[in-house]
Amino acid sequence: MSTVTVVNRLEIRFADLKKAGRGALVTYTMAGDPDHETALAIMKGLPAAGADVIELGMPFSDPMADGPAIQLAAQRSLAAGGSLSRTLDTLRAFRETDHSTPVVLMGYYNPIYARGVDRFAAEAAAAGADGLIIVDLPPEEAPELTEHLNAHGIHLIFLTAPTTDARRLPAVLAQAGGFLYYVSITGITGTASADEAAVKDAVAALRKSTDLPIAVGFGIKTPAQAAAFARIGDAAVVGSAVVQTLADSLDEVRAATEKTVPAVLGFVATLAEGVRAARR
Amino acid sequence: MSHQLANSFRTGADERGHFGIHGGRFVAETLMPLILDVEKAYAEAQADPAFQAELDGYLKTYVGRPSPLYFAKRMTEELGGAKIYFKREDLNHTGAHKINNCMGQILLARRMGKKRIIAETGAGQHGVATATVCALFGLQCVIYMGATDIERQQPNVFRMKLLGAEVRPVTSGAATLKDAMNDALRDWVANVHDTYYLIGTVAGPHPYPTMVRDFQCVIGDETKVQMQEAEGRLPDSLIAAVGGGSNAMGLFHPFLDDASVRIIGVEAAGHGIDTGKHAASLTGGKPGVLHGNRTYLLQDEDGQIAEAHSISAGLDYPGIGPEHSWLHDMKRAEYVGITDDEALDAFHRFTRWEGIIPALESSHAIAQAIKMAPTLPQDHLMVVNLSGRGDKDVNTVARAMGVVL
Ligand SMILES: Cc1ncc(COP(=O)(O)O)c(C=O)c1O
Repeated sequence: MSTVTVVNRLEIRFADLKKAGRGALVTYTMAGDPDHETALAIMKGLPAAGADVIELGMPFSDPMADGPAIQLAAQRSLAAGGSLSRTLDTLRAFRETDHSTPVVLMGYYNPIYARGVDRFAAEAAAAGADGLIIVDLPPEEAPELTEHLNAHGIHLIFLTAPTTDARRLPAVLAQAGGFLYYVSITGITGTASADEAAVKDAVAALRKSTDLPIAVGFGIKTPAQAAAFARIGDAAVVGSAVVQTLADSLDEVRAATEKTVPAVLGFVATLAEGVRAARR
Repeated sequence: MSHQLANSFRTGADERGHFGIHGGRFVAETLMPLILDVEKAYAEAQADPAFQAELDGYLKTYVGRPSPLYFAKRMTEELGGAKIYFKREDLNHTGAHKINNCMGQILLARRMGKKRIIAETGAGQHGVATATVCALFGLQCVIYMGATDIERQQPNVFRMKLLGAEVRPVTSGAATLKDAMNDALRDWVANVHDTYYLIGTVAGPHPYPTMVRDFQCVIGDETKVQMQEAEGRLPDSLIAAVGGGSNAMGLFHPFLDDASVRIIGVEAAGHGIDTGKHAASLTGGKPGVLHGNRTYLLQDEDGQIAEAHSISAGLDYPGIGPEHSWLHDMKRAEYVGITDDEALDAFHRFTRWEGIIPALESSHAIAQAIKMAPTLPQDHLMVVNLSGRGDKDVNTVARAMGVVL
């Protein structure tokens, strides 16, 4: 394994896509869901299926910002022995063959805090992470983590929401790196659908304050929506719909079937088709 | 005797809600602006004498405050040591201390113009108190309650429904208080514009731990005056059960700078700390982040939150308010564990001694008093917080006795 990353893969990928004149497809899948091997097989197949950036969920017992689809994914992962260590194993195994796809770890703060923020930052960087999204770590509490992430070249990616007003935005942007994640609905993951016109206005407003690429996520379910939002922002994030496709392929004891990997990758391919057709 | 401590223990939290390393605001960005709004509205209310006057009026004529400080003569004689007083929060309207906080927060929600109130509940006491104040002011009320707790607290579920609240069963996780709080937070994120989240204990993101403490401090403030009237001095020790920690903090906080007062919080030790089946976050947990604050939590090596266990639904929570975590770190308060069996034994003895059926939560504090009182001199003044009455628990107690009702 010889992955010496001088420049963060996120920057390279967004720059390349800008040249190519299209937005990115960002997919979210949960590490260890429904088991370690299946989740790894899915992750390895994502770049070929058309994912430009991979968000890898870190399972947590109390995912407060997630709807039922991702809650259940976390429960399946934990029941199958999923953990932060196993998530890093998954990433390490992925990096044995893929050196260019940016990977963003996404989850909640407690497992990272329990591990020790300095240790986590070093391990995540060594495993090949490019970014980190911690849903329950707002900018006010983030410096204790960003300090260590910066030392290891990992971007902390911040979320802004429809409720984030002009007074608050500078605080969010001050530590933001990689890209800015615009939460397109006020709600938890996988529930409402985002409203195109409202998102267009919000993204236009954000662009006045930041040069970071803007990813739109939380309410995107179909290839058509992914295409539309990847055109409005610089990336569309699809999570719950991917995870639900996986869930629908499981057997009655929620174990993987031979359909699981192809079902997920097939769905991602349709999303990618939509995003790639939506040139700007 | 009561010299002031050099550094005050009563000045926290800092402006971002930290008590030492604990507290703070660990929530999704969507909620941050709302929480800042609550903080601002609360600061304005605090500075407005009309707000306190309105609250005092309701506490007096609706809640029934002040609650008495009662000298438990028979219990004192039976145990043959410390002189034991009980702060009678069980006599409040709705039967527990929870209403003190609900009354304060509902007046705040009204000032903020919110029309829909959500809350989490474990034992159902906070749910009942919330449903009560919502009925009083004609506000829509949605209560999140774990399916397991709904099962073991049927009378309170029915009371909430009678009061017009919608009780939403929560089936995720172990389907208890922690999971109910997760779902309440999810509701809030999805209904940011019209909804106020009325948290029931001294936990959650800043300003909740501070605000709930302030509303519960009426317990300790009254106790101080009442003990002065009864004995002409400060008490020597305070004992209270700790779930999230609101009844305990309400009693403790006004005494934190009185160095002569020994302060003891009682956590639920369930089947015993060494069995792993307990709810004693300070004794058996370590600092972590959940539900908007950093505090001691029951968790595994990987930082996954563990299930708590207690016979008392109101103590069955894997965390604790951040200010308690800080008082624990600073060693200003002591925290001990009482098992299910010890609490049940105290429940029965106290009921027969004093003709008062205590809540199982409060029974944990009573059990600690039963342990300590005989070791103390007869001029030692002890105050135990009788945080609630036990009517809601008679089914649980019957089951533990093998009695079919
Ligand atoms: C009577 C009673 N005492 C104590 C508690 C525990 O909560 P806290 O620690 O916030 O006082 C509850 C919670 O439901 C309760 O109903």
